[in-house]
Amino acid sequence: MKHTISALVENHFGVLARIAGLFSARGFNIDSLAVGETEDPTVSRMTIVAQGDDRVLDQIIKQLDKLVDVIKVIDLKPGQLIERELVLIKARATSETRSDVMQIVNTFRAKIVDVSPDSLTIEVTGGESKVDAMLELLRPFGILEVVRTGSIAISRKSVLNAHSNDPASKNFKDRRVGARRKTDKEGKEKLRQSGEGRRKLD
Amino acid sequence: MQLTGAQILIRCLEKLGVDCIFGIPGGVILPTFDVLYDSKIKFILNRHEQGATHMADGYARATGRTGVCMVTSGPGATNTVTGLATAAMDSVPLVCITGQVATSAIGSDAFQEADIVGITRSVTKHNYLIKDARDIARIVCEAFYIASTGRPGPVLIDFPVDVSRAVVDFEFPEKVYIRSYQPVAEPDIRDVKKAAALIMKSKRPCLYVGGGAIASNAADEVRELVQKTGIPVTTTILGLGIFPEDHPLALRMLGMHGSVYANYAVQQCDLLIAVGARFDDRVTGKIDQFAPYAKIVHIDIDPASIAKTVKVDVSVLGNVKDVLRELNKHVRDKRKATQTWLNTIQEWKKKHPLRYNESSHDILQQYVIEKVGELTKHKAVVVTGVGQHQMWTAQWYQFARPRSMITSGGLGTMGFGFPAAIGAQFGRPKDTVVCFDGDGSFQMTMSEFATAAFHKVPVKVFILDNGFYGMVRQWQELFYRKRYSASDLDRANPDFVKIAGSYGVLGLRVTKKAEVVPAIKKALKHRGPVLVHVRVSRENNVFPMVPVGHALDQVMDMA
Ligand SMILES: Cc1ncc(C[n+]2csc(CCOP(=O)(O)OP(=O)(O)O)c2C)c(N)n1
Repeated sequence: MKHTISALVENHFGVLARIAGLFSARGFNIDSLAVGETEDPTVSRMTIVAQGDDRVLDQIIKQLDKLVDVIKVIDLKPGQLIERELVLIKARATSETRSDVMQIVNTFRAKIVDVSPDSLTIEVTGGESKVDAMLELLRPFGILEVVRTGSIAISRKSVLNAHSNDPASKNFKDRRVGARRKTDKEGKEKLRQSGEGRRKLD
Repeated sequence: MQLTGAQILIRCLEKLGVDCIFGIPGGVILPTFDVLYDSKIKFILNRHEQGATHMADGYARATGRTGVCMVTSGPGATNTVTGLATAAMDSVPLVCITGQVATSAIGSDAFQEADIVGITRSVTKHNYLIKDARDIARIVCEAFYIASTGRPGPVLIDFPVDVSRAVVDFEFPEKVYIRSYQPVAEPDIRDVKKAAALIMKSKRPCLYVGGGAIASNAADEVRELVQKTGIPVTTTILGLGIFPEDHPLALRMLGMHGSVYANYAVQQCDLLIAVGARFDDRVTGKIDQFAPYAKIVHIDIDPASIAKTVKVDVSVLGNVKDVLRELNKHVRDKRKATQTWLNTIQEWKKKHPLRYNESSHDILQQYVIEKVGELTKHKAVVVTGVGQHQMWTAQWYQFARPRSMITSGGLGTMGFGFPAAIGAQFGRPKDTVVCFDGDGSFQMTMSEFATAAFHKVPVKVFILDNGFYGMVRQWQELFYRKRYSASDLDRANPDFVKIAGSYGVLGLRVTKKAEVVPAIKKALKHRGPVLVHVRVSRENNVFPMVPVGHALDQVMDMA
């Protein structure tokens, strides 16, 4: 499953390397990562989109939280976030196809930011599904280049800044891995089948 | 007050109560060593930086204080990596100061430049590069704070030579505040009560205690919990000593080479109470068949340890000592309700005791360790290398006190034992420090003989020489049809007694069983360092053993 994680981190050199290193060392996959300053210039915000089941997500958040330079980290729940990505697309557009391409651009309320004899450069912002849908429609005309910023996201409800006291962030309790173990039942019951856990090499 | 960066660094270490530093000097750290020359802090010169880190580590584990080492840039710094990783895996508080080339030269592949902050990022709890002399005092204080609080761990400070020479105002920070690091939460009473309720309801409870309990000095609380409730207790290798192993409720160590009864108890219990332990794969065996009937209570300071490999029913976050103190208020004697369970365990104990062939003509490692245990009245600080001798030490010394077993549990670092023993002795000058080492492990760091000899550190080193990488040979015997690929050391082993002699260290040789006890007595009586070279059985195996990929109750035991 895809998750959007928002992390507030100290705006120091080396912090990005720590976070990237954590993901690679623990074998977590990152789909995208976007970093920028916040309203407080000593704090940066990272929006990380990552894949994984609940257990992986739980570990990603806890391990991020454990890094000394991470101030807060929160998993933004699907219904509760506003997510945007900026994408620049260079699409092939000849004199025959140009108007078709422009129609797609208009439908998606995207912008044409540069024109050349055989291509158009398009700027589009939106959530992932919008961007993907647009790319899909443009594909038959020929996509020459795509540049994506990666998602940034903000929560609709709560305020996550370095001073806010959101109970869902920093020092949160383990509540996520909710699936409980089976009960005892005479100690005869089937062995648990979690099968998880990173095994170390011998 | 205006001071140089080097003066500020040393001044801070003095103010933080550092009494000794291990390490080796070199070019870019010389300004700092020059200041150290006049300091009251004792500097212990090593012969390899790996030795310095293990010594600082042994010192820290033996005392509970933060161990400190200081080395130069480049190769000096990279030589610390194994020691830092060892400390990180076992949550040991360490501060490692590395020299660095001048800030203007960083990134230019200057002489003896290494990106040690980059290299050690994943083997430290945190690390720093000091770029401005005005940050030195704050960073040094933060480093000690981070190393020693929460789940402890090593912190590295990279100290460029120009920063050590810069002159700035010095003010010692009154207190440390790091907004992104607030390590200790008060235990949540609701969670403690939930844990207590599960404990009171259980019919077959079992305590599983790890190094976290020792790190938080919770031996009294663990003992109170056990005495009060009558719940049997097993420990990990790093938890040894938290509870006296001769006690009827002690199940001794669990896991791959744990006692049969500890492993049976874990597999059969209906409630497993994990205290400062992290469900390592050497402890759990096949994870999806681990403690199949148990609800799990996990008490730990590190949220990331909770639910990492097993699902837990109740977790209590916090310092183990604080949590247990609170928990002890909410539990009562359970001996009546658990009588059948306790009887079952006693039967397992009788049926599957730890044992070895006492009538063996060869000297068995277990025999030597057991005798040293008796002759030191189970009170020594015991340090080990890695391999068979380490497992036998865990099984046979019979630990009675916390901080008396010092061993590389998580990383399994051969070469840890000897330097760590020297470090432990610096921290505990009045206690007897014994090191059980393998002929393989010992040769990885035996250059520290010089350190032991120069400072007359009275460690008692027992080399249990089987002429093999014994643990490797055991696996080859059991799982690779006795094809002893690259595990035989005998043809090129040195004369260990002669090596000791060449450093002016007393060396004793033991080749017959009857010589074992007299040699131990002589070693313990000797005032300086001693090396006892014991020629032990060559192909002795560690049992019980749960092979990799098996459940804890699928045990191989002695024939
Ligand atoms: C630094 C390092 N290299 C390799 C290993 C793999 N290893 C584990 S046990 C062992 C053999 C240990 O031999 P020895 O120290 O003689 O002890 P014994 O098992 O014979 O008691 C080896 C090579 C290790 N644990 N650490």
